[in-house]
Order: sequence, then C-alpha cells, then structure tokens
Amino acid sequence: MVYDNDVRSTNSAGVYAEGLGKRFGELWALRNVHLMAPAGTVLGLLGHNGAGKTTALRILTTLATPTEGRATVAGHDVVADGAQVRERIGVAGQAATVDGLLTARANLEMVGRLYHLSRNDARRRARELLERLELAGDADRLVKTYSGGMRRRLDLAACLVASPPVLFLDEPTTGLDPYSRNQLWELLKDHIRGGATVVLTTQYLEEADRLADEIVVLDHGKVAARGTPSELKARIGGERIVVTMSRRDELARAHGALDPFLEAPAVEEPEPPRLIAPVRPGTRLVEIVRALDAAGLEAIDVQRREVTLDDVFLMITASSRAAAASEAA
Amino acid sequence: MTARYLLADSLVMARRNLAHVRQIPEKLLDVTLQPLMFVLLFAYVFGGVIAIPDGSYREYLIAGVLVQSLSFGIMGPATAIATDLGEGVVDRFRTLPMSRAAYLCGHVLAELAASALGITILLGAGLIVGWGIHSDVPHAIAGIGLILLLSFSMVWLGTLLGLVVRSPDSAQGMVFLIVFPMTFLASTFVPLDGLTPLLRGLASWNPVSTLAAAIRELFGNPIGMPAEPAWPLLHAVPIAVGWALLVLALSIPLAIRRFRTRTTG
Repeated sequence: MVYDNDVRSTNSAGVYAEGLGKRFGELWALRNVHLMAPAGTVLGLLGHNGAGKTTALRILTTLATPTEGRATVAGHDVVADGAQVRERIGVAGQAATVDGLLTARANLEMVGRLYHLSRNDARRRARELLERLELAGDADRLVKTYSGGMRRRLDLAACLVASPPVLFLDEPTTGLDPYSRNQLWELLKDHIRGGATVVLTTQYLEEADRLADEIVVLDHGKVAARGTPSELKARIGGERIVVTMSRRDELARAHGALDPFLEAPAVEEPEPPRLIAPVRPGTRLVEIVRALDAAGLEAIDVQRREVTLDDVFLMITASSRAAAASEAA
Repeated sequence: MTARYLLADSLVMARRNLAHVRQIPEKLLDVTLQPLMFVLLFAYVFGGVIAIPDGSYREYLIAGVLVQSLSFGIMGPATAIATDLGEGVVDRFRTLPMSRAAYLCGHVLAELAASALGITILLGAGLIVGWGIHSDVPHAIAGIGLILLLSFSMVWLGTLLGLVVRSPDSAQGMVFLIVFPMTFLASTFVPLDGLTPLLRGLASWNPVSTLAAAIRELFGNPIGMPAEPAWPLLHAVPIAVGWALLVLALSIPLAIRRFRTRTTG
C-alpha cells in the first residue's frame, strides 16, 4: 500500500487513515476504511449503532490500536507516535467523558492541568469556556446533577480547553431533545469554524449535513458511501413521499404514475406495500394524489417526510444492487 | 516525553481522588470510624474476658485492629478504580497528553494518604485507651515503617482487585467475603492459645497473625505467644516484610498489565 507522504507533510493538522481495520475475535468492526480530513475541514462519520464509527474514533484518538492499516493525526502516526497525537487533539462525547463527582469548573481545570497549562492559565481557560458554553451559573455544581444537554456542553468545553488543532466528537448530540440539539449545533458551528480539523460521528443525517464538509457513510464496518453533503443529497434526494397501497401488485403502476415527480427511482417495499419516493423539491402532495387518481389507483396513505439515514442505506444498497445487475447482464 | 510530567500529573490525579472524598466523606468510614468502633468494642466490651499472658489486653489489641484496618484498606482503592472504569472518565484521561502512569500513581498516592489518616486516628485512639510503644527508637521506627509498607501493599492489592472485578459492588463483596473471616481467624483480637487446636493451627499460619505479631514485637507490646508457637510466629518480622514484598511484587505488575488491557481495545 502506497502511503502519501506529500499529503501528510503539507496538511500537518489533518486526519488521514488508510486501509484501517479492527478485528474483535472473529468480527471485523472496521475494515479497509480510508478517511481524509484535510486541515480545517469537518469530516462526518455517519452510521447506525455498531457501524464502526466509535471504533474508528477510538483508533484515531489512540484509545485502540488498529489490526491493520495506518492513520496519522496532525502529522503523527496514531500507533507509533501516540503521545504526539494526544498533545494535538481534543475528544468529546461517549468516547471520553467528564467526572461526575467533580464540579464543572474542577473538571475543566483538571483537564487544563493535564494538558500542562499553568495553574493560572487552566483557571482562566476554564472560566472562559464556562462563560462561552453558558455554564457559568452552574460552574460549581457537581456534574452528576447536570442534565444531558449541560453535560454534553461540558464535554465539548473539555475538548476545547487547550484549543487543540484537531477535535474528535463522538455522537455529540445523541440522546438530546431537539431544542438542546439545535443549541449544541449552533455552539459546535461557532467553534469548529474557528479553523480546527474536526472528525465527528453521528447517527443523524441532518447533523452531518449541517456540520460536515465531507461525509463518510459507514455500514457494518465498511465505507458504504462518501461525498460532500450536497453530493450525497444529489444521490439520495432531498425529501421523501411515502405512498402506501392496498395491494402489492399495484406498486409497479404507482411507481409509473409518480415517475414525473421523481429525482431517482423510488424504493418499493412489499410489506406493507409502499413506495418510498425521492421527489423533486417543491412537489406537492396533492399532485401525487391526482397522478395516482388519474392512473386509476387509490392509495391508503400518502405522506411526506425528511430523508433519514435509513433512506441513505436503502438508496446505496439499491444502487449497488442495480450496478451488480447491469454488470451481470 | 510524558515521563517528565509524571509527578505533576500524578498530583493532579491524586487531588481529583481527594476531591471525591470531599464529596463523599463516607468513603473514608472504613479506614477511620470502623477501626475506632472495634477499639471501643474490644477494649471495653469483650476485653474484660480476654486474658493475655504477657501484658494488658489493650496493649495487645491495637496492633490487631491496625492489621484488620489495613486489610480492609483493600476496599477503598478497589471500589475507586472499579467505579472509574465503569464510566468513560478513564478514556478521557487516556486521550490527554498526560503521563500514562499518572492515573495509577495518583490513585495510589490518594489511597495512601487516606490510609495514613486512618492509621494516625487509630494509633491516637490507642494512646487514649492505654496502648503505647515500649520498644527503643529504632524498633519503633521499624514498626512505623512496616505499617506503611503493609498499607502500600494493601493499596496495590486493592487496585489489582478493582481492575479485575466487574463492578464496585463486587469488589466490596469480595473483600468482605475474604478479609472478614481472615481477620477474625487470627491473633487479631484473641490470643491463639484460647483457640481449639484445629483453629489454632489455621490461625498460626494466617498471615494476619504474623503481621499482628510483627507489629507487636516491634512496638514492644504483648504478643500472646502460644505455648508451642508455629514457625511464622517465631520469625514474625522478616516474614511480615516478606508477605508485603510478595504482594507488591505480584500486584504491581499484574495491576499495570490489567490496566493496560482494560483501557486499550
């Protein structure tokens, strides 16, 4: 395997991984994964639970060693040069958390000291971040009394203490209510646009879309797709209209009737018989109902929804099946 | 690179553990209040019916409670480590540019401080109820040294235990199950000659008896030596030191190795 030394030397603050693999017993949690986040960009790792996101992050943050492949963070190899890597990264989320038996302030000051800031700098930095993340009022409360949203903000603060050039955020908003999630996204945007290189994992398509420059979709430890959010959206379409029919044999005709509105072929699901249709932006539900009516079809249900991670996977697997079929033909 | 920061980082870690004690002072009960209760219980309730051939019971008692308290000192470090590992906080430390050994070093430092506090309280209480050091200065210093060595080895043994068990609760359960009978089936509270021959045999070879006898010998307290003493009791001091060194030689490398495998995937 050729290792690109030029990229490594010219992008010393970036994150690069080549052929990364991690095996637990018989199971490959991660296999042949290439990642590239040049300095100052945000890479989103998107996938379900168990897709390998956290494993990838644990390797990149030196918490785990890869079974195969190699990775550099900020110009240093994560295996051979872990100590150098750790001086240049900040980690937040489920991969590394805060101490519930300390106050928020004590947590941040401790982390600052462990980055080897002077006592005064650690204190000043803790105060600054508590202000910025709107935790100043609760700074001297024990963290175990914090709500989920406050804890995530403190996690984020902890990874920002030493202003490291590379940040790793492991599912920063998983489990938060929509309000807290939005609030955290705004904070994240502010901080990651400050020039840091960021690798973040998420199960939410919307999160990757809002924060990442480049998205890698992981499925069962392998890269299922990659691209910029707009490239991926172009492939998977913006929104879905779900049409439920009463009989399975009506699906093909319904698919035909919807054709003028589709950005890409719809996914046909047998049980219950329904079409998940990626429609052009601006398509109205009433147009769909009329088109079905004109074809002499009666739908049980027609509804609109946002694209989910499941749609991405359906689309990817559908297109790879189609590619395999055309190759075979 | 990171070795330079070992001391500073260890102190940061130790301060963290001590801050935990400030939040949950109950954590210190097993090394502070519990031995005091045993002193009071045995000095004033049971002591009257226990006769020591070569001196007063209260002079005899303190070294026994001390060894029991040191043995229960396994619990603190075990639960502290098991609790940390159950949360993600150790992972946080391992992504920071701190010295890799600092987490365990800081933990041991904090536990030693807790143990020293417990020893001081216990010996203070001993002085009040009528215990004293009756040997010369070198022996007295050797006695204090032996106590600190034992405390150090128990902290490491507890650390190893905390790294092996699945949860803080199971650490607590195991310590109780093993340490409790061990510290009673020994010369801790009663002289060995008061026991039936079978129990006397077991108790004579129990390391707890050896440790108690060694401390009594170094402090010039009554030993309550049986009429036909077993071999370990005749050489209590070197054997006690041997036990402590053996525990250290096994538990330090095993704990470090276990810590590595538990925290690196």
